Amino acid sequence: MKDYTKMWEEIGLNLDAHTGLLGVLTDAYKSIYLSQKDRPNGMEYFDFVISEVHGLRIEEVYEAKKERRKIVGTFCVYVPEEIILAADGVCIGLCAGAEVGSSEAERFIPRNTCALIKAFMGFKLAGLCPYVELTDLIVGETTCDGKKKAYEIFNEITKKVYVMELPDMKSEGDRRLWLSEVRRFRDKMEEVSGKKITLEALRKAASVVNGKRKALQRLSRLRSADPSPISGLDALLVNQIVFYDDPVRFTQMTNKLCDELEDRVKRGVGAAERGLPRILISGSPMAIPNWKLHSIIEGSGAVVVGEESCVGERNHRNLLDENFSSVDEALEKIASRYMGINCACFTPNTERLDDIKSLVDSLHADGVIHYSLQFCTPYMMEAYKAERAITNVPFMRIETDYSMEDIGQLKGRVEAFIEMVKGRA
Amino acid sequence: MRAAGIDIGSRFIKLALVEEGRLVFSRKSETSFSPLERCYELLKDVNTDNIMATGYGRHLFEVHIGSRTITEIKAFARGAKALFPKCRTIIDIGGQDTKVISLDEKGTVRKFEMNDRCAAGTGKFLEIMARNLDYPIKDFGSITPKTGRRIQINSICTVFAESEVVSLIAKGEDRADIGVALQRLVANRVLSMLKRIPVEDDIVFAGGCARNRCLKELIERDLGKTVYVADTPEITGALGAALYATEN
Repeated sequence: MKDYTKMWEEIGLNLDAHTGLLGVLTDAYKSIYLSQKDRPNGMEYFDFVISEVHGLRIEEVYEAKKERRKIVGTFCVYVPEEIILAADGVCIGLCAGAEVGSSEAERFIPRNTCALIKAFMGFKLAGLCPYVELTDLIVGETTCDGKKKAYEIFNEITKKVYVMELPDMKSEGDRRLWLSEVRRFRDKMEEVSGKKITLEALRKAASVVNGKRKALQRLSRLRSADPSPISGLDALLVNQIVFYDDPVRFTQMTNKLCDELEDRVKRGVGAAERGLPRILISGSPMAIPNWKLHSIIEGSGAVVVGEESCVGERNHRNLLDENFSSVDEALEKIASRYMGINCACFTPNTERLDDIKSLVDSLHADGVIHYSLQFCTPYMMEAYKAERAITNVPFMRIETDYSMEDIGQLKGRVEAFIEMVKGRA
Repeated sequence: MRAAGIDIGSRFIKLALVEEGRLVFSRKSETSFSPLERCYELLKDVNTDNIMATGYGRHLFEVHIGSRTITEIKAFARGAKALFPKCRTIIDIGGQDTKVISLDEKGTVRKFEMNDRCAAGTGKFLEIMARNLDYPIKDFGSITPKTGRRIQINSICTVFAESEVVSLIAKGEDRADIGVALQRLVANRVLSMLKRIPVEDDIVFAGGCARNRCLKELIERDLGKTVYVADTPEITGALGAALYATEN
């Protein structure tokens, strides 16, 4: 890898700690990813992207910034990427998938906060995330109480936070509120970028973002084959990388990967043996580099075939209707597309239960593992309803965070669950 | 056919030998800081290569000895079914985890619940609390409340419960009453886990903590049902593993 020290220094990272982080990340990647057997060749690109996670991609974003394009950080799939792109911005999903800077974060937020919130505070406070440092605007959203209040504090620290109000329910009034929030965000992006968001720019943005979604949908469908042509770990990685890679290149490379997977499916070649128990994950997001549960499951003789998660289906399953002929109409379609994401922050949220059921069927899952980040109340609570909704395959709840201290217990539970799934076959 | 099952738990390693599907021999040893050595000692004059490992340390054993492994859930299900053929529900309080398992008529695992990372309410919790009250662990289960006063301890967290115990002692409460309150805490934890699985008769209490009479009675009283305990309940997992070993 090229020496990026100078760039990291300019951006303002904590160099020593950052070197340490990259070392840990590289080791984890080697042991979790590169040790897998029968990986598709198309994963080489994604391996490369990971190896350059704070290198080449940062260089690109840094270049874009120098060209006066605005860098916008987001934490949630409800933030409309089309509007960011239509203002010629660069959209980056900020990393929050590792236990980093917890003690710094705990100066500001309670210890009993979900790992994701702690991590986005921690990454910033420890000076470890070059993306955060490059952002001109950080867009938060009112999806949960923890995030909502953390953004207030995060704004004190960064002075760049803008929050979109996401309603709690799905009524007409809520939809109107959300549409007005989408319009307000359009105004904000125009103000930040100094550029008018035109119909043409929105059309282009819509096609770019839909392109990514279509590629990911293709990947998702291919995982319904037995044997699965790709490991759950690799598919998860692709679903994580979409949040920060260049969108056009990402789409191209994901489609290329899917071409190869299609060929594998035709030939009956898999990343795992045929007939292995097939597990669907459902629940809280797994931000990069959170590979904990997938690696436990796939290390226990099963294959993960899907993620009903923000890092997964919820991010790509709905396309934006590109058939609009004015900016206003585009904003309406955008608002309605994003309201169709079924996050546990809504009440009631029965549509999510239908989503899980339909994924169990379409992916031929043999079991569902419901994954909640500890202290992620919406998902922890909704697990009850999900469990009752899934009646045809075994269901297990897991509650964990990013630390490694419960690996032993988790392995025990996951292995026993897989034994149980096999016992039914 | 002769086969061995070894259950490497966080506190004890248990060995069971079966012949023609019947338990012929068992023994245990503290896990200590070198569990592998203890395994070798336990297996010293055991005359079979047909070994199945289970328990928290099963993978360590798998790597070094090349035996096959199954999880405690599967092993306990099999072991309990062998000891009590009508078993449909299993309670196991181990050294660092607590689990409840529901079986179908054939003995296949239908559903199970297990504690998360925290060791609250496990055997280790009882061990620490017994020490705080200066009871040998083997006697802790046979204490009887002295004054009949029902003391409430609220926290299942080992650290918080310890400080509650300290203040109860300071208030001059009787140690037997405190001891019973602590066991009630552990029993309640198991009882709330049981609410998440179908509970049907027979109910079997397995694992080392099943020797604790007080705990057994508290659970029985709440469920209003008989809870069965084997003579050596701690051997259940090793027995189940040994029985699986005979099959393959």
